[in-house]
Amino acid sequence: MKVVLQNLTKKFPNRNKKEAGEVIAVNDFTFEIPDGKLIGLLGPSGCGKSTTLNLISGLQKPTSGKIFFGEDDVTGLPPEHRGIGLVFQNYALYPHLTVRQNIIFPLQNLKGKNKLTKEQMDEKALEIAKLVQIDGLMDRKPSELSGGQQQRVAIARALVKMPRVLLLDEPLSNLDARLRLQTREEIRRIQRETGITTVFVTHDQEEAMSISDMIVVMKDGIIQQIGAPQEVYDNPVNLFVAKFLGTPPISVFEGCVRAGKLYIGDDCIMDVAGIDDQDVYIGIRPEGFILDGDGPLCCDLKGVEVMGRDITIVSTHDGCMSDEIRSIISSDYKVSVNTDQVRFSLKPHKVHIFSKTTEMRLSGN
Amino acid sequence: MDNRNSKAWLYLLPAILFLGVFMVYPLVDVFIYSFEEGYNSASQTFFGYGIYNYSYVLHDPYFLQAVKNTLILVAITVPLSTGIALLISVGLSSIKKLRELFQTVYFLPYVTNTLAVGLVFMILFKKTAYSDGLVNLLLNLFGGSSVDFIDGPYWAKMFVLCFYTIWVVMPFKILILTSALASVKQDYYNAAKVDGTSRLRIFTRITLPMISPSLFYLVITGFIGAFKAYSDAVALFGVNLNAAGMNTIVGYVYDMLYGDSGGFPSYASAAAIILFAIVLTITCINLLISKKHVHY
Repeated sequence: MKVVLQNLTKKFPNRNKKEAGEVIAVNDFTFEIPDGKLIGLLGPSGCGKSTTLNLISGLQKPTSGKIFFGEDDVTGLPPEHRGIGLVFQNYALYPHLTVRQNIIFPLQNLKGKNKLTKEQMDEKALEIAKLVQIDGLMDRKPSELSGGQQQRVAIARALVKMPRVLLLDEPLSNLDARLRLQTREEIRRIQRETGITTVFVTHDQEEAMSISDMIVVMKDGIIQQIGAPQEVYDNPVNLFVAKFLGTPPISVFEGCVRAGKLYIGDDCIMDVAGIDDQDVYIGIRPEGFILDGDGPLCCDLKGVEVMGRDITIVSTHDGCMSDEIRSIISSDYKVSVNTDQVRFSLKPHKVHIFSKTTEMRLSGN
Repeated sequence: MDNRNSKAWLYLLPAILFLGVFMVYPLVDVFIYSFEEGYNSASQTFFGYGIYNYSYVLHDPYFLQAVKNTLILVAITVPLSTGIALLISVGLSSIKKLRELFQTVYFLPYVTNTLAVGLVFMILFKKTAYSDGLVNLLLNLFGGSSVDFIDGPYWAKMFVLCFYTIWVVMPFKILILTSALASVKQDYYNAAKVDGTSRLRIFTRITLPMISPSLFYLVITGFIGAFKAYSDAVALFGVNLNAAGMNTIVGYVYDMLYGDSGGFPSYASAAAIILFAIVLTITCINLLISKKHVHY
């Protein structure tokens, strides 16, 4: 089931009544979620991603705009008629019911011709429990489960009535680091096996990048960029997206373009054709640095962190906007720590240039 | 460890002493009194130990009347007051406008003096030579004939007593239940809503189990409170409750000690112990039931 959002806008009245104006949580969203895909809504907290999810679920009504599931306009439908499964950030498992009762709960609401017998319900519950691998825990109460297990029960409860769309609100934020890795793979697997169009909300870019088919990067209620994770990472449209994606984060320098050449301070670091002369921000991905004794970029060496498979060189530069530059290079290189300075040449496709005024990306030919 | 232990005991000492002198000792004393036969409070002598006091009390028609009154009062007021309080709390939680105003109004009886309330009820219900009372005027308006609620037939008096008791205990229950309802997380309701759960089912399958600890707390304390009813009856019917036929068990205990026919601490003690036994039994049953039905 594809999901289409059309000019979707949600405004909240200002909490302080004396102040005029409204808070625009979601500003004129238009995008299409293809059928059977896993979509990550990504952005810093307060960017409107949870509101977007609530609008899709129907728990909140949009101020304007439309939502379509397939060809059906569901904008005016209450949540229960939309056919969605929703997993809450804190799971919202009913603490007084066992795992089985929790999973069966949505099925017991079915009426009329959809009504199921007790055996059918048990069968369905067991089937879905097997899918999320909690079939051995059916008679436990939620309080007797670990965080990861509770998460699976919540997903099972959302999936058991075979929703048209599955919505996950910060599904991994209550789990510890190791479990998070494991569970995100699990979510990916479950989504693939069921083929249900899934939207999940996260503020963790790594999480979104690792399992999404498509990510939607948001800021202050406005969509910044939509695309496949790698594509968004490689071609950020603006400085915000470039900074938000990637660990370690991209290093941003102040510089300028003069006559087709890119300068940081007085060093010309590479040729850029097709960009007019102006002051710019230069973003360089950590993996875009090449150790090169004759390289154009000269930084003050601060330290070297050897992480096994690769080496992180921590250095500083006057033109850099953050305290330190973290560059990752393969551990095949030997880095001598005794020098004060380190020189890099750069991989052109890992260097992004942004206008200083609009912060939009500038691309040459 | 020993040092810490002795310190702990030291800190507990004031409470232990206080409770020991004013709670434990009197309790034990009452228990002993209840077995002392023919106790004379003037000479402080008695014949011997036995169960005659119990036998006397259990055969005293006034006591049996008091037990009957108390049981009726408990059986009617506890379920009714809890049920109505639940309805009002649910109503209060689902409105936004004027919520504070209604909360205050419902809480007022809690801070009002029992006897003052009793007076108001007298004015509402009492039939005098000059006036039939407000309730009777209303009854007449709808074609009913006047009833003397204060000095009239038994069921009329019992009705007023129950009405009064429910009205007095309600504010506390509403207070507890509204806060219990407020503590149920919105996520549970949202989850249920997304799954298309009907309102009735949300109430019975989610709200009720979630607030069941508070509900059972109210039922248990409600039972205990209703069994100990006394001042309410006095406020309505005056101190001579036996004459009015509206005595309660605690009222009987008081009468046996200080009333016109009083001066029998042994009978009073026996009645008190019987009351204690009843309350203990009921509370144990309550706890057993609550173990099955209360979650967490």
